[in-house]
Amino acid sequence: MTTGDLSTLLVWGAATAFTIALIAFSADLARIAERSQRRVPELATAGAGAGRSARPATAVSGSEEQSAPGRSVRAEGIARSTTMLGLVMLFAGIVLRGIAAGRWPTANMYEFTIVGVFVAVLVLTVVQRRRIIAFVGVLVMGMAVLALVLALNAFFIQADQVQPALQSYWLIIHVGVAITATGIFTVAFAASVLQVLKSYREEAAADAPAVTVGATGQPVPAAAATRADRFRRVVSGRRFGWLEQVPGSRELEAMSFRLNAIAFVLWTLTLIGGAIWAEHAWGRYWGWDPKEVGTFVAWVVYAAYLHARTTRGWSGRRAAYFVFVGYAVVLANFTVVNLVVTGKHSYSGV
Amino acid sequence: MTTHRPEGLSDVFMEPTEAPPAAPPTLPTLGLVGWLRWAWRQLTSMRVALLLLMLLAVAAVPGTVWPQRAQDTAKVATYISDHPTTGPWLDRLGFFDVYSSVWFSAIYLLLFVSLVGCILPRTKVHLAGVRGRPPRAPRRFTRFPAQGSGDLDVPASQAAEHSAAVLRGGWRWLPFVPTYRVDTRDEGGGTWSVSAERGYLRETGNLVFHLALVGLLISVATGQVLHYRGQAIVVQGRGFANAQVDYDTFEQGTGFSPSRLVPFTLRLDEFESRFDPETLQSRDFTAHVTLTNPGEEPVAETIKVNHPLEAGGAKVYLQGNGYAPDITVHDAAGEVAFSGPTPFLPQDEVYTSRGVLKVPDVSGDQEQIGIVGYLLPTAQEVGEDLYRSIDPQPTDPLLVLSVWSGNLGLDTGVPQNVYQLDEARMTQAVDEDGTTVTLYVRPGETVDLPDGLGTLTFNGLPRYVALDLRHDPALPFVLVFALLAFAGLATSLFAPRRRLWLRFAPGGTEDSGRTVVTAAGLARGDDVGLQPELDRVLAATLAPTDDGPPAAPRGPTSGESAP
Ligand code: HEM
Repeated sequence: MTTGDLSTLLVWGAATAFTIALIAFSADLARIAERSQRRVPELATAGAGAGRSARPATAVSGSEEQSAPGRSVRAEGIARSTTMLGLVMLFAGIVLRGIAAGRWPTANMYEFTIVGVFVAVLVLTVVQRRRIIAFVGVLVMGMAVLALVLALNAFFIQADQVQPALQSYWLIIHVGVAITATGIFTVAFAASVLQVLKSYREEAAADAPAVTVGATGQPVPAAAATRADRFRRVVSGRRFGWLEQVPGSRELEAMSFRLNAIAFVLWTLTLIGGAIWAEHAWGRYWGWDPKEVGTFVAWVVYAAYLHARTTRGWSGRRAAYFVFVGYAVVLANFTVVNLVVTGKHSYSGV
Repeated sequence: MTTHRPEGLSDVFMEPTEAPPAAPPTLPTLGLVGWLRWAWRQLTSMRVALLLLMLLAVAAVPGTVWPQRAQDTAKVATYISDHPTTGPWLDRLGFFDVYSSVWFSAIYLLLFVSLVGCILPRTKVHLAGVRGRPPRAPRRFTRFPAQGSGDLDVPASQAAEHSAAVLRGGWRWLPFVPTYRVDTRDEGGGTWSVSAERGYLRETGNLVFHLALVGLLISVATGQVLHYRGQAIVVQGRGFANAQVDYDTFEQGTGFSPSRLVPFTLRLDEFESRFDPETLQSRDFTAHVTLTNPGEEPVAETIKVNHPLEAGGAKVYLQGNGYAPDITVHDAAGEVAFSGPTPFLPQDEVYTSRGVLKVPDVSGDQEQIGIVGYLLPTAQEVGEDLYRSIDPQPTDPLLVLSVWSGNLGLDTGVPQNVYQLDEARMTQAVDEDGTTVTLYVRPGETVDLPDGLGTLTFNGLPRYVALDLRHDPALPFVLVFALLAFAGLATSLFAPRRRLWLRFAPGGTEDSGRTVVTAAGLARGDDVGLQPELDRVLAATLAPTDDGPPAAPRGPTSGESAP
């Protein structure tokens, strides 16, 4: 077996380990949901209280963690160890890939994807080092497994050297930083999804009196149901009972922001590094190449996100929508621009 | 969910640029100046900045959906002719020149005006803040995001002094640089307060970032005015002189005059290429050139992809390469009608290259000759008279040509593409049985042209390089502003900006010597480290000093997150 084949095998191994981790996270989530269904009423109010706390920095304390029941210690143990195992295998696979190709392994879509998955899962383990948030685990692991299988089946090309335009140390800086940023954006995106769900549930709990009991004894909605109302009703239902175990929306928003801020700075570096490299390789630092446009658009959207957070009436859930748009642009910039649009960034090799 | 804003602190911690709620009832009486002021306040409001940012993101997208003139004029022309109804409209609306269109420019210019209008007042406030004292302690601490309290057996003034000393203490790893600017105030009635502020760097970073963006825009625009850029094809053994006539294409900013081109010369001595033997993908291209600057000795240089050469204030990039078959055509009268290397354009990975020879200068009143065809660097016969190239290196070159005669149309006044034969007034040579004539020529061979047009000799196969020359005096400024923006951004996002207040009030009876301490903290933006820091300061304040016994912190929060 060649080094390249061994690398591929290890990446398959990592995909398998992550799949098991995904199942374990899901089992944990299901268990939490199941347990909390029996405790919905009392927890719902408690959760809302924590989320609406006037003191965000301390909204969730250590004692709350101990009191969180229903989580499956076994499932979390399995999730933790298979995640670690997958990370180790993926890392070895990436290193061997570099050895097989005789260069830094970030030159095509396949390599970009596997390294990006590595970063995302690494960030996930750092974020969860003290406390498992099963939902974020399910989301990030689901995306990781999907991305790895896609990479192995659709993006795969043999480990090889690269064309002259890619022979530069900027391959390490520019692409490495871009991958890291993408990985962090991924976890931040997952946190924002959770934040939106949670904030709807908190609102639903706080607005409980909006449903009054009519003369006949039947509950009567106080106002016509808007889409937000309907959404609130869905996430406040039993199927979303597991949301009670999730940190408050404020804390999730803070976590998403911290990750997005780091990723945004790295994205800025990607943009600047890309421009410097383009100046060396293509003879101009900026030419509105499709990849450059995509990177720029994502950057502007995340800049808007940062501004939104400081604008009255635009923080919280609305700011999270910027994260959704920004992350969608990041993903499109990687997939659509590489595979569909023709430009100078035709390094995918697919 | 809105961020909680405690009272009494309307400065840079808040939103200085948020437009105060305008008063619609008075609008009709505003007058012109009033309206302008109102418009300006709107433009520099964060909400409008947000809108403009999102607009900019949306407006940038069409440039990847439709072909752009700046990148590929031919593609745009094809698109317009393929879409006769929508094409011209899209063109009129600027969709083929998105990044220089009126609407795109309007968005980013408005954004930058908004940015300047927003950042200048902030700079003023910030400068005043840096010079001034930390803001005095607010009356009530109850609504702040971080709080703590405790008591100790030391008079208030003494405790305040000790606390101020704690706050002034430097970093653990940088003990001589104070973390906080500290101010102690006597609030009367025996009550003392300490205000402390850190992280002026955060706001500085933010301002540097925004101002650097303005610098970046100005640098890029200046570069546009002062730049030039040209392309030249240089054949092995031949030279290139840096004058506008020697360029194949040349484009310049309004502020650059071609007479300022530094007249250096460049000769291509040798071109090396390396390909992967299995995949045939390119691995290395190196152009060995001789550069002669005016009044200097010639020097040997190399140009590679990713390693441009600097010459005469310009950068010379290796953008392409190929073969330029050296061909001589004798006309029917035996005169040399054409001689020299002609660049052929590679079409694929194995350098199957297409080229055109136009031979207008035939003697007498013979017909002009046009020759069109392919060069195969390593030809392999795959069928009868059917060849293909199997290697980009010239191990067995073969020219496969067809011949036209008639009028090349060079004197019609319409500029022609040198790589395209205008066949309108020409006929292709055919055999007696009506099949078109194809010539197969190897280096050193001479073949007869059909219809007695003359002969063609394939003398040799020199290489050529396509060079891009570019001069942009604003480059260093673009780089410096980009890096400044980056540094400012990182500082503004990661340097914590915090304010802490401690109040020391006499507790119990007048001379019991007991002091009640309350503390509050406020941070700019989102800051998980605020409460731990307040707890640390409070603990150090309450810690035993030489003057008094130890005291224990109490209060709702200090137990939870103290280290
Ligand atoms: C080209 C347009 C702009 C870009 C790319 C941009 C980008 C950014 C970025 C990346 C940040 C994050 C840094 C930080 O949070 O400290 C930021 C912060 C900020 N920007 Fe802008 N900005 C632009 C225009 C504006 C305008 C027009 C305004 C004023 C109306 C403005 C006001 C602010 C303020 C107040 C902050 C600090 C937010 C905070 O408290 O963290 N910016 N900007």
